[in-house]
Amino acid sequence: MNFAGTATADWFDWGAALVNTVGQTVLDEIVAPRGSWSAIVRQGDTLTIVDVGGNQSADFLVYAAADTAVRYSVQHTIAAQRNAYLRTGAVLLSNAGGPLMTLVGNEVDRQDTIGGACSKESNSLRYGHHTVHEHACRENFLAEGARWGLGARDLVSNINWFMNVPVETDGSLGIVDGLSAPGKRVALRAERDVLVVVSNCPQMNNPCNDFNPTPLRMIVTSPEFEAVSA
Amino acid sequence: MSTPRTNHTTNTVLAAQSDARAQGNLLAHVMPYVPADTSPFLPNDVPAMSAVWAETVQGGGYAHRIVARGTRIRFEDVSGDACAHLVLFNADAPRERLNVADTQKVFWQAYPTVGHPLLSGEGRVLATIVSDTSAHHDAFAGPVSSAQAVQRFGAASAESASPSGEALFGLAASKQGLSRRDLPPSVAFFQGVRVESDGQLRFTGSAGPGSIVEILAEMPLILLVANAPHALDPRAEYTVSELRIHAWRDSATTRDHARWRVTPERERAYSNTQDYISSRGIA
Ligand SMILES: [Zn+2]
Repeated sequence: MNFAGTATADWFDWGAALVNTVGQTVLDEIVAPRGSWSAIVRQGDTLTIVDVGGNQSADFLVYAAADTAVRYSVQHTIAAQRNAYLRTGAVLLSNAGGPLMTLVGNEVDRQDTIGGACSKESNSLRYGHHTVHEHACRENFLAEGARWGLGARDLVSNINWFMNVPVETDGSLGIVDGLSAPGKRVALRAERDVLVVVSNCPQMNNPCNDFNPTPLRMIVTSPEFEAVSA
Repeated sequence: MSTPRTNHTTNTVLAAQSDARAQGNLLAHVMPYVPADTSPFLPNDVPAMSAVWAETVQGGGYAHRIVARGTRIRFEDVSGDACAHLVLFNADAPRERLNVADTQKVFWQAYPTVGHPLLSGEGRVLATIVSDTSAHHDAFAGPVSSAQAVQRFGAASAESASPSGEALFGLAASKQGLSRRDLPPSVAFFQGVRVESDGQLRFTGSAGPGSIVEILAEMPLILLVANAPHALDPRAEYTVSELRIHAWRDSATTRDHARWRVTPERERAYSNTQDYISSRGIA
């Protein structure tokens, strides 16, 4: 990992791959604060996301690489596990009900599936029209998705790694101070070739990034080489 | 023995025509009533002249419709086992559609009921829930998936006895020129879910026969409705009963309605909607 030219701070923890630690590193990249990122993760490979600065929401969408009309379904995912939050073992299901990725490692409880992405449009409702020209995750998803032929039709409810959305007994819900910390990680194994699109949330009106956008580190690793007999 | 074959005489064009026309006045348990004011189930408080849509949707069936801004749509769970999964689109530009995450997050509330606006991802109100005698709804888990339907009931396709939400929404979307890419998470009326503090989803089922939900179209809408079992419905059999829909002309929420300004978020949502409607020249 080359950190040259990357803004850093003394509390950052750049971490390392959470699984496949003896396997081959396929990719190791930084998502700048407020920026976006995407990559194909091959079946069997694992993506580790490192919350370098702590409590930085990583807004996350995943599609079948071969057919992006097959994409993450929050409904099928949480119905199958009968829980609104993602923990180790959670399987991210598609709109067809099949597995896209499995959460094979997780260092933060209660990963969010409810909050969706911030947008200029919803910011106008949540905080007022003076926030409409602030950058937002929907902008990142549209810009990054366009590189793969994706547009507004392809944006569905996303996962927010490292973001905390409690639901109270009366149904009150909201984004509150996070449960993550510098260096906390999630690791996702691809169950088929998938396209992952991430927005490193730039929101400055709620605690989804502790009011301080920080970098994310994305590491894709392959399992150990296995002996293949001819 | 009487069979469909022996019940029809169709050996000439004239005979086939007579045979077809003889069916015209039959009634079915599930059917649309056209024109809408001929519905035998038209609610007493609905002026017949303003009715625009009347239909009883089969359990395991779907409906789709374009309605004008200001249309009020009543869903009734006739027998107590309906589950109306709903997706809404701006009829002018269907890339604008229901956004369940924004609908919950913006209003700080997981459980939509009377007064709750159903938001698009464009910061506008597609429809407002204006009546609710059920309060058993779900904006989390949605309908039975195709994979789940195959596993639990042996089939998921529309022609099977156990269509998935995906199969029904897929056909409804196609009828409106939309496809799989256009289908976001839906909301479900008449089968409830509650979230425990640890995130567990608890199925609360139905409020019983005769429950009613009404939504008011705040924009010109495409509605897709899939009447399919809820994903968390634990019953071993594929169970979903008929859903009745009536819609009539009413008026959209305007600045003089109390509901416009109940909260700052709602006021800005209705203002954004009015802003769009005004520049679009709809009202
Ligand atoms: Zn964001």
